Amino acid sequence: MLNRQGRPTTPGTSVTAAHLTFTGNKALAQIEPLIFETGRLDVTGVDYAAPKPFTSRLGGMERKNEIGLPGLSEPEAMRHYVRLSQKNYGIDTGLFPLGSCTMKHNPRLNEKIARMPGFGDVHPLQPVSTVQGALEVMHTLSHWLMELTGMDAVALSPKAGAHGELCGMMAIKAAIAAKGESAMRNVVLVPDSAHGTNPATAALIHFVVKAVPVRDDGTVDPKVVAELAGPDTAAIMLTNPNTCGLFERDVLAIADAIHAAGGYFYADGANFNAIVGKTRPGDLGVDAMHINLHKTFSTPHGGGGPGAGPVVLSERLAPFAPVPFVRHTDEGFELVEDSAQATQHGAQAFGRMTAFHGQMGMYVRALAYMLSHGADGLRQASEDAVLNANYIRAGLADLMSLPFGNRPCMHEVLFDDAWLKDAGVTTLDFAKAMIDEGYHPMTVYFPLVVHGAMLIEPTESESRASLDLFIATLRDLAFSVQRGETERFTGAPYHAPVKRMDETRAARSPVLKYAPPAPIAEAAE
Amino acid sequence: MGETKYTEDHEYIRIEGDVVVVGISDYAQSQLGDVVFVELPKAGKKLAKGEEAAVVESVKAASEVYAPVSGEVLEVNAALEAQPGTINEDPEGTGWFIKLKLSDASELSGLMSEADYKTYLASIH
Repeated sequence: MLNRQGRPTTPGTSVTAAHLTFTGNKALAQIEPLIFETGRLDVTGVDYAAPKPFTSRLGGMERKNEIGLPGLSEPEAMRHYVRLSQKNYGIDTGLFPLGSCTMKHNPRLNEKIARMPGFGDVHPLQPVSTVQGALEVMHTLSHWLMELTGMDAVALSPKAGAHGELCGMMAIKAAIAAKGESAMRNVVLVPDSAHGTNPATAALIHFVVKAVPVRDDGTVDPKVVAELAGPDTAAIMLTNPNTCGLFERDVLAIADAIHAAGGYFYADGANFNAIVGKTRPGDLGVDAMHINLHKTFSTPHGGGGPGAGPVVLSERLAPFAPVPFVRHTDEGFELVEDSAQATQHGAQAFGRMTAFHGQMGMYVRALAYMLSHGADGLRQASEDAVLNANYIRAGLADLMSLPFGNRPCMHEVLFDDAWLKDAGVTTLDFAKAMIDEGYHPMTVYFPLVVHGAMLIEPTESESRASLDLFIATLRDLAFSVQRGETERFTGAPYHAPVKRMDETRAARSPVLKYAPPAPIAEAAE
Repeated sequence: MGETKYTEDHEYIRIEGDVVVVGISDYAQSQLGDVVFVELPKAGKKLAKGEEAAVVESVKAASEVYAPVSGEVLEVNAALEAQPGTINEDPEGTGWFIKLKLSDASELSGLMSEADYKTYLASIH
């Protein structure tokens, strides 16, 4: 089709993109050098007055060489970071199927509420009388978390999932110490399918980790737990739904086996988003569980905002919850700040996890999510997350291989690489080809109990149309594997700003510091 | 060269009198992918059978290497720390991890022969 000026109106008819551009940029896909390469040492973007003469008291320790920071004007610095941000891929740009990470939509309402001055501008050292609203948010959030989990106490302050694990395990350690059993109870059972942070957390506070093998169906056998548990058992750390995306059906028997041995049941709450409103960890015999607000309750991940990992505790562990915590009294809300103060309220706080009160901005966002969804909305989010994962399973089960058979999964679906056997394409290659198609790859090679794992978690916030396109894309890639088109995979990504990384060399000889190129000797004119 | 035996966790030992050379099998290195980091025990350390002897980290995963038999660490292959790729290139030769002084020769009978290990590998695939 040509328009009235005789120019083509459909792509690829007469003009091809094969020619190179003068700048090297491809329209909006601009090349972005390192900031050290953009800036110049002889330029600065700020205009400070020269310091007044002073006598150095550094005793000869002064820096003598140039600091070597690049100089840029404000627009140059701004463009650099905006261009980099445009190369980024996030949940705001597309489907982000990173299994186990729960990359769900961060509602804009959360952001609006979190930016209100009463929340956004509070300082942790403000007098308590001036932050009553913020304390009420913490108190109400605590109430919701305890209600949704069926637990008796909550420690809000841990700053991420693994920090929450540490908090929960420290509460368990404190409870064991209070019973005078520290010397004998030092073993923590961790299933093979657990998050790597679980054994790391236990080891960090000097527990001895004992692995629990996983059954052929990907779940934990309570009989094996009962055999391994004994008078030396401090706790089991179990993720439910587990990292294979399967619900541990025998969770009650596992809890009974651990409790019968005198141990505690720590649940990794990373996958709580699959069961909110459907079942309560407290009813499953859990004694401690962290909740990733940045997963289940839609607060941002990573660069978008800090994580938050509150820990809920059972009646047996509640007295050992760390400070600070909020109390509601007749005079309003108060913060219980130290262990001595906590003792007055019948608690035996083991200490504190953070200098201040945790991630206030995340508390506001999480509570905004809860209140805007309501109890029924939270339940539906869990149901839709599970439905979406099963929709993807059903859409791909005939082409890709499911390690535990084609049975319903929870909020994420796990494939292995049996279907790639002898195809000349690895899980990693397949994931890299997804980048060319404009998708962030799923989680690969985790969990370790499955060969060449591909763990897909679409989350509830994807529409059916979005899921259909994702499934169609993966089917196209899978057919390409069947046709033997290995080049599409082994060299991928072809279309990304940065091509295939040499991961081995990056790990073996990482370059962690910018080194300016050697100065070029002045050539004779 | 002495007889080589294997564990279900894919460690091998090569028996050289009352000294055994411990490493990971060729299958283990192929499953791990490119090894990028190795943590070895100190010479003189006494290891019980099944105890963690070393840590090996690849681009895909970190794994423990367990002592296939009990014994005292006589020597470690310190060259691996600078050149972990040796484990991929020659796992059952220059890519060995540690040499142990065997403390209980009867533990050897619980390990697999090379033929048994090949059968075992076929069974897990």
